[in-house]
Amino acid sequence: MKVERAKLSWLERLYIPSILNGFKVTMRHFFSWKRSGVYADKQSDYSAKTTMQYPEEKWPVPTGYRGAPYLVKDVDDNTKCVSCQLCEFVCPPKAIRITPPGQGGEVDREGAEKMPKEFEINMLRCIYCGFCQEVCPEEAIFLLKDYAITGENREELIYDKEKLLSLGGADERAYDHHVQDGVDEGIKKWEKKTQDAQNQPTFH
Amino acid sequence: MPEFITELLNNHAWLMVAIKVLGVFAVVMPMVAYSVVAERRISAFIQDRVGPNRVGIPFTKIKLLGLGQPLADGLKSFLKEDFTPGHVKRVFYWMAPAVSMIPSFVVFAVIPFGSVLGAQKMVIADLNVGILFTFGIVSLGVYGVVLAGYASNSKYPFLGGIRSSAQMISYEIAMGMAVVPVFMLAADPTWREGLPAESEWNAYLDGTGLLNLSSVVAYQSDGLFSWLIFKQPIAFCIFLIAIFAETNRLPFDLPESETELVAGYNTEYSSMRFALFFMGEYAAMIAGSALMVVLFCGGWTLPIDGFNTPAQSLGMGVLHILVFIGKIAVFLGLMIWVRWMLPRFRYDQLMNIGWKRFLPLSLANIILTAIVLWATA
Amino acid sequence: MAAKDSKPAVETVTVKVDGRPVEVPRMTPNWEGKPEPTTVLQACKQAGIEIPHYCYHPKLPVSGNCRMCLVHVAMPGRPGPDGKPPMNEDGTPKVFPMQLPYEPQTPRGVIGCATGIIPGMEIYASSPETKEMREAVMESLLINHPLDCPICDQAGECKLQEYSYDHGQPESQFQEFKVHKPKAIDLGPRITLDAERCVLCTRCIRFTKDIAGDDALGIVNRGSYNEISTYPGEAFDNNYTLNTVDICPVGALTSNDFRFQMRVWFLKETKSLCTGCGTGCNTTIGSRENKMYRYEPRQNDAVNSDWMCDSGRLDYKWIGREDRLAKLKGPKGVSTWPSALKAISDHLAGVEKGTVAIVASARQTNEELFLLSRLAKHLGATTDSVARKGKADHLLLAEDRNCNTTGAQLAGITTKRVGSKLSSIAKEISAGKVKTLIVFGEDVTKHGIDAKLLKKVTLIVSDILPSATTKAADYLLPGCAHAEKRGTFTNVKGRVQKFMKALEPPGDALPEWEVLHELVHNVTGLDEFRSIEGLFNCMAGEVKAFKDAELTWAGLGDLGANVKL
Repeated sequence: MKVERAKLSWLERLYIPSILNGFKVTMRHFFSWKRSGVYADKQSDYSAKTTMQYPEEKWPVPTGYRGAPYLVKDVDDNTKCVSCQLCEFVCPPKAIRITPPGQGGEVDREGAEKMPKEFEINMLRCIYCGFCQEVCPEEAIFLLKDYAITGENREELIYDKEKLLSLGGADERAYDHHVQDGVDEGIKKWEKKTQDAQNQPTFH
Repeated sequence: MPEFITELLNNHAWLMVAIKVLGVFAVVMPMVAYSVVAERRISAFIQDRVGPNRVGIPFTKIKLLGLGQPLADGLKSFLKEDFTPGHVKRVFYWMAPAVSMIPSFVVFAVIPFGSVLGAQKMVIADLNVGILFTFGIVSLGVYGVVLAGYASNSKYPFLGGIRSSAQMISYEIAMGMAVVPVFMLAADPTWREGLPAESEWNAYLDGTGLLNLSSVVAYQSDGLFSWLIFKQPIAFCIFLIAIFAETNRLPFDLPESETELVAGYNTEYSSMRFALFFMGEYAAMIAGSALMVVLFCGGWTLPIDGFNTPAQSLGMGVLHILVFIGKIAVFLGLMIWVRWMLPRFRYDQLMNIGWKRFLPLSLANIILTAIVLWATA
Repeated sequence: MAAKDSKPAVETVTVKVDGRPVEVPRMTPNWEGKPEPTTVLQACKQAGIEIPHYCYHPKLPVSGNCRMCLVHVAMPGRPGPDGKPPMNEDGTPKVFPMQLPYEPQTPRGVIGCATGIIPGMEIYASSPETKEMREAVMESLLINHPLDCPICDQAGECKLQEYSYDHGQPESQFQEFKVHKPKAIDLGPRITLDAERCVLCTRCIRFTKDIAGDDALGIVNRGSYNEISTYPGEAFDNNYTLNTVDICPVGALTSNDFRFQMRVWFLKETKSLCTGCGTGCNTTIGSRENKMYRYEPRQNDAVNSDWMCDSGRLDYKWIGREDRLAKLKGPKGVSTWPSALKAISDHLAGVEKGTVAIVASARQTNEELFLLSRLAKHLGATTDSVARKGKADHLLLAEDRNCNTTGAQLAGITTKRVGSKLSSIAKEISAGKVKTLIVFGEDVTKHGIDAKLLKKVTLIVSDILPSATTKAADYLLPGCAHAEKRGTFTNVKGRVQKFMKALEPPGDALPEWEVLHELVHNVTGLDEFRSIEGLFNCMAGEVKAFKDAELTWAGLGDLGANVKL
């Protein structure tokens, strides 16, 4: 198919109106301070341009995003992990390494039987598959929203238990998950168990 | 000023010249650096971006709107590996960046960037044939590019070099022709003779020829509409566009045209050598702007009392220099702005415009000016 | 095959398992080895069908309390007045599925572990009725179970877990509160009890009473509050307590030594032997990433049945000790195996006959002792070993605490009176007759050859852990623990058994047989094999007892073979 070019008028062939128009368009953009697009509703100290000031501003992460796996605590600030090592077992790249407590290992509260002596995730190896979260019987490890894991050397990127727990924080999701009939059940497992044990009748 | 210094300067004229050279260099180099930042920031804003806004004062958290960026860029250029590909013609390859940068700076030698500071005229070399010298030097700029294209010994730089030489030669003709009417007006001996004998200008221009650039400035000091941009708008337009072409700026950046030639003549260059090309380009932009200011926009003068005659005091002298720099900045801004507005020409269009539009137009302009001059004489 | 035919004919019974006729012996030995009527569970096992069970254990008396082995069966009818059993119309004997007497048509199960078979019986091991019974039993066993598998050490080798998956229901119908029982009770010095996890199978009680002979455990409280307990104030501390951990089908009894150390599914299992005494209990080493975590007894009815003693089981910590010898040492310029072996070979090749003495260890393998005896024969050396005696017990622990004294005697390293020549060696050293002393795996300073004497000789020592002797050594050759090499031991009763390599030796350490092989080759020219298999077969051709028993490495199998002493 042959497309006929539009015949330009004498003025148009001078291009001067087009050039002036160009000045106008670029000038308008130069002074555009109104937010546009996905950041229209975001508060920021920076200019109104579309550029995202990356480390300070971050992409809004969609629901279900699989970021870095961290250990979470329950709403009473108790460590949930019991060192069952299923995540270590299931981890395809062998990024997780748990040191079990051994006999008489320390626990952070009364009634708890077992928690890891050391829990390390090598963020360089992690592939964010989420198997650890899926396999965890205690809902103690979750893939949270963090996606830019950086460090200055390899050792720094092996996160230990303290770091994982502080990054994970208290887990609200697991909390909601366990609220049944308006009573929070599973999350205060140890408290509930102690309560039950005290309440039961005895026939000794 | 202590006696011995005055004596020293009086006895050794070259010392004063050296000081001026250093002074010009000290102003032009930061201008080059910051015109790069300006380029990046303005382009970003036109594209609804922010541009480099992070680098501020080193080792502090102060960001200063990214004004520390040239430091970072320069440091990076110095620290990067200076890589010479195995297939290049070494001597020419090493020479090319210098050859491309030096002419841009040499142009500043004849440009009157101010009136006077004390007893010194603010021009490094007050040549009688300033404009001819300028054209001579500007046409050397092409050698750097051609040399780089040739020495790189690879196809993209080669094509870039070829395009560049053709382009620069073509537009130099139009540029030269465009300037002729300017001097038909400004180098009018009757005008120089008509200057009052006791005026500051007469003393200032004493002993200079008619093609002296200060003379052109003096010609334009008689009110806003004595600026040649108003008297010779066609010449100005052609000159402006030719300067774009000479400095390889969009829409005439065919020697580089990254979509076709990767990076044109500097494809094979890296680190500081590449930075030299880069600096040369921006220095050429500043030199071109300075020429436009001198030839068409009244140089360091403003149509205000005190600014339209050579300075009587040191302060006024400095203000004149600032006015000159300000005018240059306006032209730099225009050049940057245009870059993000107009698309690149096709090569045949480029040649068409140069030879078939601007050359006849500038010739017609000369004739028209001659007719007008003849009729009004 | 001929040997099998010569056995007396076994009386057999034919039953149907899942509709398939199976011929099984009428009698089967019970836990004491006495013949008893074959049970439904054993018959099904011979038919290749596993009946789930908790309380039944082939080496323990039958108790029949867990009810997990419930199966639905059908019995042939009793003979009628005519003396003939009831027949179907097609002439086959009629069978009557077991039913509840008060609710006809409702199937009734029998416990497979305690029900003997009769001819013509039909066992429905995988019928819907049987499955329903198992589901019900599983559900009731799980009523009070805490379901804390993530914490429990038994997870991964837990019968409750396995049967839950195979025979359980996805959900419990139990709505009431679970009974909470004490957790983490110190039952004895080596055992921790979690009463909540217990399914009250009483295996531990029966083992302790009937096998270990220490009636220490019992069940206290009633109904749902049943729990395992020792007599108040008494500790469960006989030398066989850890076997209860092995036989506990759930995680109620856990070993303090292994508690929360490693999940069992990470452990690599390697067939090995216990080196604690001359009995040579068969074991399985559980190791992960070159760290040994536990010993478990491995069934060998000729040696240790299913059991092993606590002292032997916990005798492995030295293998991974920090101060293990891992660096080869020698005089100046000798720091690698090639240089050391060359220097020692040159030295031994140059010595006068009779100026060498060898003290070997009765904890070395048959192969190493054989090579040492070859070396001794060539050099005309006096050899001996060191005796270790302890108190024997009634079950497994032997008086001889060296694991291979018999092997040392068979190889000719020592005599019936182990260690009797040590004093004469000491005398010969002080007299200057013996100028080179080779010591393998023993600290001779504790056995009559003191450090002063050691200075008089060229001392070549191979050992695993540092001692006064290794300190005085001119050549120190780091050796391997049994878990780090392959080889064979001969136990006090003359059973030759082999063990496999589970771990990598630390640092320079090399299996002693490899080192000795090269030395013996350099000195005597012995060159008949390249591998431990070849070495064993070479030894079996020369040592008389082994030759008589026609031993080969492959022929030993996992369980070993007897030689005549």
